[in-house]
Amino acid sequence: MKRTLVLAAALAAALPFSALAHKAWLLPSQTVIAGTNPWITVDGAVSNDLFYFNHVPLRLESVVVTAPDGSSVQPQNSATGKFRSVFDIELKQAGTYRIASVNDGLFATYELNGERKRWRGNAASFGELPKEAKNVQVSESVGRVETFVTNGAPNATALKPTNKGIELIAVGHPNDLFAGEEATFRVLVDGKPTAGLEFEIVRGATRYRNAQEEIKVTSDAKGEIKVSWPEAGMYWLETGTEDNKTSVKQAEKRRLSYVATLEVLPQ
Amino acid sequence: MRVTLTIALSGLLATSPAYATTLDINVEVPKLNVAEYHRPYVAIWLEGADQKVAANLSVWYQQTGNSEGHGTKWLPDLRQWWRKSGRTLEVPVDGVTGPTRPVGTHALSFNDRQPALKDLAPGNYTLVVEAAREVGGRELVKVPFSWPAKSAQNGSAQGSTELGKVTLAIKP
Repeated sequence: MKRTLVLAAALAAALPFSALAHKAWLLPSQTVIAGTNPWITVDGAVSNDLFYFNHVPLRLESVVVTAPDGSSVQPQNSATGKFRSVFDIELKQAGTYRIASVNDGLFATYELNGERKRWRGNAASFGELPKEAKNVQVSESVGRVETFVTNGAPNATALKPTNKGIELIAVGHPNDLFAGEEATFRVLVDGKPTAGLEFEIVRGATRYRNAQEEIKVTSDAKGEIKVSWPEAGMYWLETGTEDNKTSVKQAEKRRLSYVATLEVLPQ
Repeated sequence: MRVTLTIALSGLLATSPAYATTLDINVEVPKLNVAEYHRPYVAIWLEGADQKVAANLSVWYQQTGNSEGHGTKWLPDLRQWWRKSGRTLEVPVDGVTGPTRPVGTHALSFNDRQPALKDLAPGNYTLVVEAAREVGGRELVKVPFSWPAKSAQNGSAQGSTELGKVTLAIKP
């Protein structure tokens, strides 16, 4: 029993992207900020309720912070607790920061000498798997959990697509969202606009209402989604898909997922 | 001495723009019965029909810093002004930014020879006044007008929480 729990927790932390998993998210302390070298703090967690820490923390090993000039910034004061991870970022530059947890990995189960074994890694370390392994089952996942913070005037350098996995590119700006207005986003899979991806969008503070009040949208033929924000708040947006463009031939499917935390301000 | 100087100056101001169109704005900062009061941050600007800022007239914010940071830290609380203009401005701006003001009605006067109005294209505009107060609320009021003024125009708007009465009088 205990072992199953530990396993479940490890799985959830490692692969917060499967359809059945809890919601993974990064939550910035604020998204619109001004001043010389202001600081923000970011929480990362996996939970059912938004945005409450009550399940497992988001692992920080894969956090990538991109500065307004496109360079990479090291998160500071990182810590992982029972329910959440936390880190600070000093916004030394003016413009938009992209804060992402990028998971790109392979997961395998196999049998060795009659024993069931598990392995986690990536395409580069796939050779580690023992040659005698039998019944090897490999799955690949590419996931991105991200949020955006702007110090002063927004810019778009950090928002340039990496062309890997699912990405959402705001036609306006992800820190320029206001209640009652419509926002347009372009959905990219490996850099290409893609139709037919289903999005689930949920406003935070779910604890204080009786329904999820989720917004469902699907990307259109141009690979775009349009969202009208019913009210101000911190929103969680998620989508996912599968394809067969795997990085190793042993993996049959590649599972792609994307999560963004977006702040919508009142008029 | 000071009185004489003021009279001399106001005399100068009253006479020189003899043919100028004037834009007189009154903004009331209301008296509030609250436990912790801080003077509001206020932004006053003109918006074109495209909802973009045509001219920044006045911005009041705390000019000093304290242990919590410099007064500019809370400028984004003037949300609409910040989004439309503030975030691309380098503050302070001469003739626009100034310190916060106390409770009362504040009279501001502009004319079409000043930089803010000199290049204002003909069209329909809105005077927008936005106020945000530390540990308080935020409010935004609008008064529409058209430019250039062919005849005298008067408009007003009544705030309900963070702003009192806002009036606009244009005299060609």
